[in-house]
Amino acid sequence: MNLLSRMLGAFRKSGVKADLHDKGVSERGLLIFEHTSEVIRAESLLKEAGIDVAVKGPPPEVRTGCDLAITFPIVASLQVSHVLEKAKIEPLQVLSLQDLLLEPVSIYCVKDFGDYLMVRAANMKITVDKRDLRIVNISGGGCPDVPYLAARLVGKTLMEAPEPRSLGSTLCGYALQLAYEEMRRRCP
Amino acid sequence: MPLMIVGTVPYENFPLTYSGCSFKDGRLNLGRESIPVLRGTPALLAAACIASEVLGLEKPRALVAGDIGLGDGSRQVYAHIVKYLPECNEQIIVFHYLQPDVDWHNRILIKIEELDRRPILVADAGYMYVAKMSGFAASYDLFTPDVGEMAFLADESAPHPFYTRGFLLQEDDGVPELIRRAYEHENAARYLLVKGKTDIVASVNGIVADISEPCVENMEPIGGTGDSLTGIVAALICCGRSVPESAALGAKTNRIVGHVANPTPAWSIADLLSCLPQALRDVL
Repeated sequence: MNLLSRMLGAFRKSGVKADLHDKGVSERGLLIFEHTSEVIRAESLLKEAGIDVAVKGPPPEVRTGCDLAITFPIVASLQVSHVLEKAKIEPLQVLSLQDLLLEPVSIYCVKDFGDYLMVRAANMKITVDKRDLRIVNISGGGCPDVPYLAARLVGKTLMEAPEPRSLGSTLCGYALQLAYEEMRRRCP
Repeated sequence: MPLMIVGTVPYENFPLTYSGCSFKDGRLNLGRESIPVLRGTPALLAAACIASEVLGLEKPRALVAGDIGLGDGSRQVYAHIVKYLPECNEQIIVFHYLQPDVDWHNRILIKIEELDRRPILVADAGYMYVAKMSGFAASYDLFTPDVGEMAFLADESAPHPFYTRGFLLQEDDGVPELIRRAYEHENAARYLLVKGKTDIVASVNGIVADISEPCVENMEPIGGTGDSLTGIVAALICCGRSVPESAALGAKTNRIVGHVANPTPAWSIADLLSCLPQALRDVL
C-alpha cells in the first residue's frame, strides 16, 4: 500500500468522510515517524512546500519514547505524500487527529546580561553577544545532539549559523530551534 | 573502581570506550582518545577527574560512545552496561547524556536491582529524563535538574522538557512548589539538587539546604557548568560523604569557581575548570 493510500485509509477508518469542513470533524491528520530526526527533516520539507504543518507530542498510545509527530491538514494529504515519498521518508503510522496531543513548550524565558542576551525554551538556552549577534554559548538540554549542535553553532553569528533543526535530531534539538527562532525574532 | 560515569561524546565515529580518564592541559583523555572539554559528558568527566584528584580518589572510569543525536552511540553504551553490570563493583554510577529510551532504561535498572550491593545512582541530562519517563524516578539517589528541568519533573504528564506545560515554567521563586509536586507524583529521586539562582537540595521531606552565595549570574549561560557540578558532587559522594551533603558542598564549590573566575557569558567551561581545585579545597 503506498503512502497516500495509507493516509486516506487512516481517515476512512476514523470516520472522516468527504466533507472535511463539517464542524466536529477533525481536519487534521497525524504522521508518526520512527525517529525524531525524520520528524525534523519532514517538517522542514513540508514547510518548504508551503503545507501548514505543526510538530506535536503524540498521544500516549502511539508514543515510544521522546517522540514528536507532525499534524497536517487532511486536504493536503496528496501533497504531503508526494513530498515525503520524494524525500524517501516513510511514516510509521498515519492517524486521524486525536485530542490527546501534547503541546510543545511555547513560553520563553529571556535574560539580559548587558552585552549578552539569553533565551531559554524549555530546557535549552542560547546566548548571543548583542554587539555582533554572535552565538557565544548554548547550555541546558540532555539529549546527545546538544553538545554536537553547540560545537557547530557557538562562535557563528545568528545570520551565518545553521538552523538547529538542520543538524539536530532530538526534542532537545527542537527546543534549541525554538530558542534560536525567538532569539532571531528579538535580534533581527 | 568507585566512580563510573556513563554518557556520550559528540563525535560520530568515537568508539565505545570503557576506561579510566584523566584531564590534562584542557583536554580529556579517554583510553587512546583525547577530546576537548566544551560541555556535556566530557565536562562532567573533567570536573570529576579534577575533584577526584583533590580528594585523593582514584581516577573515575568512563563508559562512553560517540553520539550526535541519532541514538546509535547511546545504544552501544546501553548494551555494554547491561552486559557489564553483573560484575559491577562501583560505589556510584552517574548516568548522563544518553538518548532517552525507556526499554533500555528498564533493562538496566532491573540488572542494578539484581546486584548484591546496589551502587548509588545519580542521573542527569537525558538519563534523568528517561528515569522520570519510566516511572522509576524514585529508584535513583540523586537528580540534578536546572529550573527548566525541575518544571519537567513537576509535570506528571510531560515525557520530555519540551512538553512541559506553561503554568509550570516559572522563575526560580516557584521551585519549592515544583519540588513538592514532583515528589507528590513520584517523579523525583531520593534527593534533588536543583541548579538555579539559588541551588536547592531537597528530599521528599522538603528543602534540606539552599545555597545562594556567592551569586555569579554569568554562570547560567555557560554551557557545561551544570555538568561540571554533577561531576564534583559525584566525586564528593565517592569519598564517603552523604548525598545531600555532597550536593550542598558541590553547589558551593561551583559558585566559588564562578566567583574566582568572574566570567562573562561568553566563557566556556574549560576556562573555568582551572579554578576548581582551589575552590574545592576552600569549601572543604
